[in-house]
Amino acid sequence: MNKPKIALYWCASCGGCEEAQVDLAEKILDLVNLVDIVFWPVAMDYKLEDVEKLPDGSITASLINGGIRLSEHEYVVKLLRKKSKLVVAYGACSAWGGVPGLANLYSREEILKYVYHEAPTVENPQKIQPQLKIKAEEGATLELPEVFPRLLPLDLVVDVDYYIPGCPPTPDVTWKAIETLLSGNLPAKGSVLGALDKSLCYDCPLNETKPEKVLIKDIKRPHEVIADPSKCLLTQGLMCLGPVTRGGCGALCIKAAMPCTGCFGPLNEVMDYGGKAASYFASIIDYSDEEEIKKVLGKILDPMGIFYRYSLPASRLRGKITVMRR
Amino acid sequence: MNQNFEPKIIAFLCNWCSYAALDLAGTSRMKYPPNFLVVRVMCSGRVDPQFVLEAFRRGADGVLVAGCHPGDCHYIEGNIKTLRRMTLLKRMLEEFGIEKERFRLEWISAAEADKFVKVANEMFEQIKALGPLKLKEVNTHE
Repeated sequence: MNKPKIALYWCASCGGCEEAQVDLAEKILDLVNLVDIVFWPVAMDYKLEDVEKLPDGSITASLINGGIRLSEHEYVVKLLRKKSKLVVAYGACSAWGGVPGLANLYSREEILKYVYHEAPTVENPQKIQPQLKIKAEEGATLELPEVFPRLLPLDLVVDVDYYIPGCPPTPDVTWKAIETLLSGNLPAKGSVLGALDKSLCYDCPLNETKPEKVLIKDIKRPHEVIADPSKCLLTQGLMCLGPVTRGGCGALCIKAAMPCTGCFGPLNEVMDYGGKAASYFASIIDYSDEEEIKKVLGKILDPMGIFYRYSLPASRLRGKITVMRR
Repeated sequence: MNQNFEPKIIAFLCNWCSYAALDLAGTSRMKYPPNFLVVRVMCSGRVDPQFVLEAFRRGADGVLVAGCHPGDCHYIEGNIKTLRRMTLLKRMLEEFGIEKERFRLEWISAAEADKFVKVANEMFEQIKALGPLKLKEVNTHE
């Protein structure tokens, strides 16, 4: 019998999404019974040319994680788009840019200068920096992919059918999403698979301890307080982004007394996750005086890193405007 | 400074105070730059930071949010929520590389037509001096 074909690929990501796929544990055996995996660089020995040889549209679904930062990423995702019936953005980086997307606050030149010359742990007296092409002594020409000026989420580079949220998506979410993809009963294009359409609070075991109206006088960072794990973390001053974040993760962080950082991303009607999250969080600061408000909000040292942790390249402005301008 | 540049400034004005101030400015035949595109909202508390970001994304060179003075809100504390939100938004806009003159939060009561005109003139001059924001949609790497 011809099993449906699945491809898995990584772009600008940390490898955590692969980790999450491997964390399917025994279920991975069920998966290989159901599908043929035709491409999975982290685990299997298929080459890019094997994908190039496949007929167009012959892969049932390609699950792509990571943002698009290199010319190589662009080439492979465009190839997978051509070869696949469905393209799925797997994980926060692919869906909205993720943590590597915060680099859109800096130009490519600033990043390369820092990474190869200025970082305190770098010793590079010869000022060596990777080049796109060099002629090796033996005569061969060696090439590296180009670093693009900015990181883009997958859907700004190719047409994306579905999204699987999370940093990384939990095995449970991954499995549910794969079941949906294979069921043949597909939801509307653009849907988020495997998660809820309600916020994390809906799913949170501490929801009952959340008062009707949450107001806080002070913001606490996680290392400044030993949180009571039986009480809504927001009421303890911790910056929990649960109210504006999609549920479905099983409230794993909350169960470990850590506030939600928003890795399941925005709910359906939200157009800019960071703007929405900042809006919600600022409005619960319990002061009316401008100076007091500034003082409390001043405890958020890095608002972009907090509110756009997973979604800067998918935000309205996509990054620092000098970086985004062409 | 490009003399031909006509800034596009989006003004979110609350129904009860700031929009009335603009109205008063008009009926009193006061002059202000025609570059303000006004969006009347029932309360400045309706202005989500997302709207401001969306305005910049869609080509605004500046955004003004104006509401009733603190304590005068028709809905008791809508403008206080705006104050909290916009205080945080200002810091984020700075990190997006948007000059602080391009975004302003002001309290303008229904009687303060002169204040509206003053704010509008100031904003117009400052943004004209800064030049266009030049934000373009990116969807490829070319």
